[in-house]
Amino acid sequence: MKQENLLEVKQLRTEFFSSKTSSVTAVNEISFSIGKGEILGLVGESGCGKSVTSLSIMGLLTATSGKVTKGEVLFEGKDLLKISEKEMREIRGGEMSMIFQEPMSSLNPAMRIDKQMIEGIRLHTDLSKEEARKRAAEILAQVGIPDPERVLKNYPHQLSGGMSQRVMIAMAMSCQPKLLIADEPTTALDVTIQAQILDLMKKIQEEKGMSILMITHDLGVVAEMCTRAIVMYAGEIVEEAPIDELFNAPQHPYTKGLIASVPKLGSGVKVLPSIPGSVPDLSSLPSGCRFAPRCKYATEKCRAGKPELFEVGENHYSRCWLASEDRKGEK
Amino acid sequence: MDTLVSVKNVTKTFPVGKTLLGKPDKFVHAVNNVSFDIYKGETFSVVGESGCGKSTTGRLINHLLMPDSGEIWFDGQRIDQMTQAQVRPLRKEMQMIFQDPAGSLNPRMRVEDLVEEPLLIHTKMTKAERMKEVHKLLEIVGLSAKHAQRFPHEFSGGQKQRIGIARALTVKPKLIIADEPISALDVSIQAQVLNLLHDLQKSFDLTYMFISHDLSVVEMISDRIAVMYLGFIVEMAPKEMIYNNPSHPYTQALLSAVPIPDPGRKKERIILEGDIPSTVNLPEGCPFATRCKYCKPECLKTKPEAKEIEPGHVVACHLY
Repeated sequence: MKQENLLEVKQLRTEFFSSKTSSVTAVNEISFSIGKGEILGLVGESGCGKSVTSLSIMGLLTATSGKVTKGEVLFEGKDLLKISEKEMREIRGGEMSMIFQEPMSSLNPAMRIDKQMIEGIRLHTDLSKEEARKRAAEILAQVGIPDPERVLKNYPHQLSGGMSQRVMIAMAMSCQPKLLIADEPTTALDVTIQAQILDLMKKIQEEKGMSILMITHDLGVVAEMCTRAIVMYAGEIVEEAPIDELFNAPQHPYTKGLIASVPKLGSGVKVLPSIPGSVPDLSSLPSGCRFAPRCKYATEKCRAGKPELFEVGENHYSRCWLASEDRKGEK
Repeated sequence: MDTLVSVKNVTKTFPVGKTLLGKPDKFVHAVNNVSFDIYKGETFSVVGESGCGKSTTGRLINHLLMPDSGEIWFDGQRIDQMTQAQVRPLRKEMQMIFQDPAGSLNPRMRVEDLVEEPLLIHTKMTKAERMKEVHKLLEIVGLSAKHAQRFPHEFSGGQKQRIGIARALTVKPKLIIADEPISALDVSIQAQVLNLLHDLQKSFDLTYMFISHDLSVVEMISDRIAVMYLGFIVEMAPKEMIYNNPSHPYTQALLSAVPIPDPGRKKERIILEGDIPSTVNLPEGCPFATRCKYCKPECLKTKPEAKEIEPGHVVACHLY
C-alpha cells in the first residue's frame, strides 16, 4: 500500500474459551490494513469470523468468553490491544465508531433519541448540553432525516427500521470518526431502504474522507461500495484483492464458488453452480487447507498441508496451493 | 393453461388496539382487494418488502388464515368458507415450506419421525411402507438414510431446510407455498436449495407459490411475478416483462435498488424518499403516492385500477 494506513491488523488471533484449557479459534492470525479514506470490504458467510474480527478491533469482546491471544491492532500506529480501557473508551465512539446489523437492539429502548445522542457527543467533546443537542439535530439532518426535532423527542420503538439505522449512523458520525466499522449495516433492511443507507454512507465517506470497514455477506453490497475486499473462510483470510480484480479474476476456489453461486439480476440463468457441503465446524477443522473438503480442485497436497497467502498479482493474495504454482513471494 | 389456485378480490385485516368496550378500533390492512391466478406447473412469485402482505397472502391460500371478503378457489373448490375439518383432506394437496427451518421442526423428534408424520396423518400405509418412503425422500432431497435417526439440532441450516422440503413432499402435494425458503441460509447454501427446488418441480410435477423479498432469486425461479406494496398488487406479469419492462414506479425503484455483484456494471439508481406508510392508516389514493416521483394530484385522491398494458401484464398506476 502506497497510501498511508489508518488501521493495521497484524497476526490477529481471537479464541473463545469454553473452559480454561479448551478453546475455539474464531479468528486465526489475520493481517490486513485500511488506508485513509478507503472502504474495505470484509466478506464471508456466517461463522467465518468477520464479526469477531470487528469486535476484536473495537475491544468489545469483554462481554463474551472471547479473548485476543495474539497479534496487534495498530490504529494510527498505536496498539489498541495494549492501551487501558479508559484510553480505549476515548477512541471508541470518538475516532473509531461502529454500527451494527440490528439498529433496534443497539439503541436503548428506554431513552429518548436526544438523550442517547447528547450523552455520546458530550463524552467525547466539551460541548454544553444545548450545544450537543444542536449538533445532534444537525447530524440527523445530514443523514437525511426530514424532521430532526421530532425524531430527537422520539423513543426508538417509534422509529422504523430505516429511520433507526439512520439514527445509528448519525450517532456513529457525531464525533467525526476517522474509521467507521459497519457490521452488516443494511442486512436487516428492505432493499429500497438499503439503497438509501448505502447511498448515504458513501456520501458521508466522500465528504469527510473517513475510512470504512464494511462487513457483509452480500457480494452485491461489496461490489457497489468498496475499493478493495477481503474474503474470509473458517476464521482465515482466503483472498484479498482490489474490487475489480476480485470479481473479474477471483483466484481462490471459494471466492470463485461464492461469486458464481449468487444469482445476478438480469443474467437469465435457471440453475446456479453451488458449493457442495457446508462450512466446517471451528472445533474440528480439517488438517490441511480448510476449504479442501468442499473444493473440486483439492489434491493430496491440499489435504496434507495448509497453504499460505500467496501473492498472485498486485495487491492480490490467495490462500491456495493452486496460486503458489509458477508464482513466487508470500505475504 | 389450467388454473390451480384462484384468488378473487381478497381482503384481510387484523384488529389492533381496543376501545373502552373492548372492541377493536384500528385495523392493519394486510391484504387489500387482491386477485390473481396460479396455473398448474408454474412458479408464481410474490415479491415485496417487509409488511407488504406477501406472507399473509400465502397463509390465506393455505387456509391458515380466513379472508374478510373475497373468494379463494383451489383445484376447482371454493375453500375460503370451508371449516377446518372440511379443509383437512385438502391439506395434503398444499404444503408449506417456511423461512426458519429450525423453528418449523420439532426439536424432540427424530428426522425419520418428522418426515413420517404427514404420511401417518394422510395415508393408510404400513410402518414398513412409510419408512421406505421416508428413506427414499431423504435420498431425493440430498440427505442419506444415516441421517434418519438424528435430531434436528444436529443439522446445519441448509440441511434442516432439506428436511422441511422432504416433509412437504411426503404427501405428494400439488402446490407448495414456499415462504422465504432460502432467506435464512448462507449464500453458498442458498444456491444448493434453489437448485433442489428447481429439480423437484420437474420430478414431482409441482406448482410453486414462492414468497420472497429477493428480486435476483425470484428472477431465477419464477414464471410469473406479482409485486406487492402495502397489501396491494401493484404490478403482475410474466417474469420477462417484469424485468425487461418494469412499468410501475415502485417496481422500477425496487429493481434499481438491488445491489449487483459486478463492479463493472454501474447503473442508474432510483433512490426512494421516505418510508413505507403504515398499514393501519392506508393512504386514500395510490398506496405508493407518498414516495412516487411521478405523483399527480389525482394519485392522492383515487386508487388506481389494475390495467392490462400488454397481454398478461397488469399494472395499477394512474400513469397508464
